[in-house]
Amino acid sequence: MVLIGVGIVIIGFLLRLNSLLVVTVAGIVTGLVAGESPYQILVEFGKAFTVNRYMAIFIATLPVIGLLERNGLREQAEVLVSKMRAATTGRLLTLYLFIREVAAALGLSAIGGQPQMVRPLVAPMAEGAAEAKYGDLPDDVRQTIRAHSAAVDNIGLFFGEDIFIAVGAILLMNGFFQQNHISANPILMALWGIPTAISVFLIHSTRLYLLDRALKRRLGNHVDVSTISMREGMPK
Amino acid sequence: MIITLEAVYSFLGIITLLGSVYTFLDRKNIRRFTSGLFYLLYGTTLLLGKILPPALIGIFVMIMVVIAGFGGLKLGHYGENSSEQRESSRLRLKNRLFIPALLIPILTVIGSEGLIGVKWFGLYLFDPKNVTLISLGVAALIALVVGLMITKNSPITSIKESRRLLEAIGWAAVLPQMLATLGTLFDRAGVGKIVSHLVVEVIPAHSLFWAVFAYCVGMALFTMVMGNAFAAFPVMTAGIAIPLLIGHFGIEANRIAAIGMFAGYCGTLLTPMAANFNIVPAALLDLKDKNHVIKIQMPTAILLLAVNVMLMYFVAR
Repeated sequence: MVLIGVGIVIIGFLLRLNSLLVVTVAGIVTGLVAGESPYQILVEFGKAFTVNRYMAIFIATLPVIGLLERNGLREQAEVLVSKMRAATTGRLLTLYLFIREVAAALGLSAIGGQPQMVRPLVAPMAEGAAEAKYGDLPDDVRQTIRAHSAAVDNIGLFFGEDIFIAVGAILLMNGFFQQNHISANPILMALWGIPTAISVFLIHSTRLYLLDRALKRRLGNHVDVSTISMREGMPK
Repeated sequence: MIITLEAVYSFLGIITLLGSVYTFLDRKNIRRFTSGLFYLLYGTTLLLGKILPPALIGIFVMIMVVIAGFGGLKLGHYGENSSEQRESSRLRLKNRLFIPALLIPILTVIGSEGLIGVKWFGLYLFDPKNVTLISLGVAALIALVVGLMITKNSPITSIKESRRLLEAIGWAAVLPQMLATLGTLFDRAGVGKIVSHLVVEVIPAHSLFWAVFAYCVGMALFTMVMGNAFAAFPVMTAGIAIPLLIGHFGIEANRIAAIGMFAGYCGTLLTPMAANFNIVPAALLDLKDKNHVIKIQMPTAILLLAVNVMLMYFVAR
């Protein structure tokens, strides 16, 4: 019966209901099933919400990040990314993976992102790199390169971020262990994340190397030194 | 103690409360009263969570959820710089723009490692139990001061900008805290115990490898189902890691926590439930197959899950 809360979360997310609402309803129902009164549930929510305030610590960084964005932080990051020079699609994406992962590990997860960086910059540059080498690309190749561009952004973010100690995941783990009276240290937890962060870079950059090889096998050595601009690769 | 965790929470609360004042006054926001109320209540829980009775915080949380769940949160007008203004200040500041942002992690690490146990007039400078969180709060404040000096903007601008960022995140800003809350509630209701019973039934007793395997694969699968690893972590950790890995095999929590969470992220790469990361980009990039990004991520995710199992096993042994 206690698992009904898990069921509610699944159904709620499947129906694309507001996640905050779904999570709250799941919490209320779990409490009711456990035989608590509505007042007790309110108290539990209030207590747990207060105990878990550490998850809000990212708000402390918003004033300075907002200030920097107002003065062109994102644009400066875009300029740096657009200066990336790499001979092939795979190498370009590997370079972006590296930048994204390191930036996230330093707490700069605002650099990058699907709408901000991948759509306007990374995907067109990745397509452009292939076009510069092989000329016009078949549609399915274009689609694959774009999907790879999106994947690189996700992978770099996910596995870089946890090395930064102030990120939600580390705080959540720390808070969870504290509440269970188990000693934990955010910095050590972040350090033990490094082997995975390196592994994912090795695994994924190998796959990007294989992507280059697949492109070469598929499209041949056709060298087309057309004047395609790197930024105009994506049809509107 | 000179600086406590409550002081950092007060800083967060004040930022949020000051922002909410602008939201109430924002005529461009068609739901400015409900939106303002949401951030007013949120800021209040941050600032006064320790002082107000829990039932009242519970009521505040319920009101916030109702506002967010039924469309009461809308965006307004934030007086951002035009792209020309941003470009001119960018050209003036160039890479100096990164300095304040990089100060945050650097100062946080220095503070957490260097200032633990440092005393001033016989008092701990930072509360030794929460030194990382306090260091982060102080680091963010110092970075803000440096940022204000570099950009020569006023502190009010930074409050307005933080309001812009917070409202762009919207209710999702509260979601991690709510997921952690749900984890606490699940835990109290015994969800973890059920998971651990299931696991003990299935895996060979006293096998470290299979316990590690169950934890990592369980994290990935539960994350795929729930759509994010934050909701899965408390359940799987309470169910498998605490009783078996930490309790029975005596492994330090620090060593396995991140790997467990990363195993969950492998699940995030594989699920359409994590729409923001996997489905939205497919639409942004005009992909015909909306699961194309997931398909590309799949080999990396599965290989990395295997690596995580091996890593955790060797770390634990």
